[in-house]
Amino acid sequence: MTETERQHQLSVAETVDAAAAQAGAATALPPDDPLHAGGETRSQWRDIWRQFRSHKGAIVALVLFVGIILFVLVGPLIWTIDPTYVDIRARNSGFSAAHPLGTDQLGRDMLARLMAGGQVSIAVGLTAMIIAVSLGSLIGLLSGYFRRLDAPLMRLTELFLALPLLPLLLLMVTLFREPLSQNFGPALGIFILIVSAIGATSWMQAARIVRGDVLGLKEREFILAAKSIGTPAHRMILRHVLPNVLSPIMVAATLGIATAIITESALSFLGLGFPPDFPTWGRLLYDAVDQMIQYPSRVILPGVFISLTVLCVNYIGDGLRDAMDPRIRGR
Amino acid sequence: MLTFTIRRLLLAIPTLLFISLVIFLLLEASPGDPLADVPLTVPPEVRERMREALGLGSPWYVRYVLWLKQFFWVEPLYWFDQAFGTQFSAGMQRIISFQSRSPVFDIIAQRVPQTLTVVGFSYLVGILIAIPIGILSAYRQYSWFDQIGTFVSMIGFSMPTFFTGVVLIIIFGVKLQWFPSVYDTTLVVRDWDSFLAQVRQMIMPVTVLALYNAAQISRFMRASMLDNLRQDYVRTARAKGLSERTVVLKHVLRNSLIPVITVIALGLPTVFGGAIITEQVFKVNGLGQLLITAIHGNDIPMVLTLTFMFAILIVLFTLIADILYGILDPRIRYD
Repeated sequence: MTETERQHQLSVAETVDAAAAQAGAATALPPDDPLHAGGETRSQWRDIWRQFRSHKGAIVALVLFVGIILFVLVGPLIWTIDPTYVDIRARNSGFSAAHPLGTDQLGRDMLARLMAGGQVSIAVGLTAMIIAVSLGSLIGLLSGYFRRLDAPLMRLTELFLALPLLPLLLLMVTLFREPLSQNFGPALGIFILIVSAIGATSWMQAARIVRGDVLGLKEREFILAAKSIGTPAHRMILRHVLPNVLSPIMVAATLGIATAIITESALSFLGLGFPPDFPTWGRLLYDAVDQMIQYPSRVILPGVFISLTVLCVNYIGDGLRDAMDPRIRGR
Repeated sequence: MLTFTIRRLLLAIPTLLFISLVIFLLLEASPGDPLADVPLTVPPEVRERMREALGLGSPWYVRYVLWLKQFFWVEPLYWFDQAFGTQFSAGMQRIISFQSRSPVFDIIAQRVPQTLTVVGFSYLVGILIAIPIGILSAYRQYSWFDQIGTFVSMIGFSMPTFFTGVVLIIIFGVKLQWFPSVYDTTLVVRDWDSFLAQVRQMIMPVTVLALYNAAQISRFMRASMLDNLRQDYVRTARAKGLSERTVVLKHVLRNSLIPVITVIALGLPTVFGGAIITEQVFKVNGLGQLLITAIHGNDIPMVLTLTFMFAILIVLFTLIADILYGILDPRIRYD
């Protein structure tokens, strides 16, 4: 190795080092333009997603949940047998090519019924959750933000918490089934009834959580700052308060889906849910209980779907709660 | 503490009155007719007289106040008479069921033992399982025991009781024939054999409910233990050289049990109401089954009284939970 070659190599190494040092400095120092520095933007949601990804159970649950949603939504496009088609000659058939999951006592295809039932069950879960969470957030926001509304609204919440919910739900569903069926048709009428009954009886937890968070938030400086420049109440709530209580609302919403699905299937199981020719997972289970000794698979399949969906939703909720808790995030 | 309790008790009265009014009005708004099963051959005048006899002739507020009087005045007097042989309630009308024409409270008294043995016992078993699991999971956080415990408790409260119950019946009742699938409430425990039969028929419903309750309570127990294990007083106790056993089982456990006990107290009323489904699965003729048959049969006095009793239990146990919290944790002061 000659002297010049050595020199050259050294200088190359030096420039590489310098480049590395510069790069290191660039990452260590805050960039001049924080919004567009580098390729990666660090937003709150990205952080939450990163933390969420590290929760293995939640990711598996999310994949499974998307799978179940695809099964009930895309499945019927591929498996085109009508879930209400009665083929009395093929009744009570086992697993076969024509009916992969068998048929029920009227020869209706179980696979198609499970898909159709899942659509209804998940739709009920989502709609009831949306009603419960919007009602709960509204009441929580109002009672946390406006001091004058706090006492009466919290009394109301406590009253609702003291109601025996399952008996009342049973009562509401039995009593108002007929008039609503007559007005909206049997399927839609029962859907409206069940969804609003579940929504009206499960908003209290969300309201309490949101109220607590709003009360804490009101003491913060940025709220004081916004107030001092004369921000009107509605803009205060929508721009400053609501985005900051979004994470507990989302967790409550996720867990709310699970409770709503369970409640709907429990109502169906007690024979107070949707009409018999209208499959939901709970209804399928209920219909199969009479013949569970001869055909246990008909009970187990819808039950597994209910449990799996609820389990997935609970895990997703757990992961979300961990991801949105700033004390854990970034650990 | 005493003033707090008294104030809360006084506040419970309007709450309960309001709840009873809500239930009453809900039943009032129902289109169901208690005379729907009466044959059409009965002439309308007779039908009207039957309606009067059921007490349905007067306006709703009269019937509501009458029911309140029966519930809060006549029934306690009646039970007082039963206990002490007095005659205060002579000639007073008790709450009568539309379906069976016998006093509502007599039927409830018949049904309570079944619900209490099955459901109450399962709650006890659930607590006894949940607390050790919660302690161990928290002490060995993220160990395989904790991971499995978390997973099992997740499954425990994701599987609805009507599904676990049916699966247990298929496996142990039908395939293995170990336990009877229908709960026989006429069984009287007289000797060893009948005691064994009682145990055998209780195993499945108790397992189902205990699993569900244990799943929830063990999560609370774990979270509460974790909160306390990180506290400074734990480090102090260890620094003083106390054995690990004393630190965990005396210092940490006692403090962690405070919120868990309130959760357990809050969950007790759901023992009565929430077991409706399990009773239906195993055909236990307890309170839940009574409520469902009453709802199906438009038996307004029965539904009203039962639902209101559930409400009383909820209000009562919420109060008990609050008071317990104040007694167990001297830092909490209600003023």
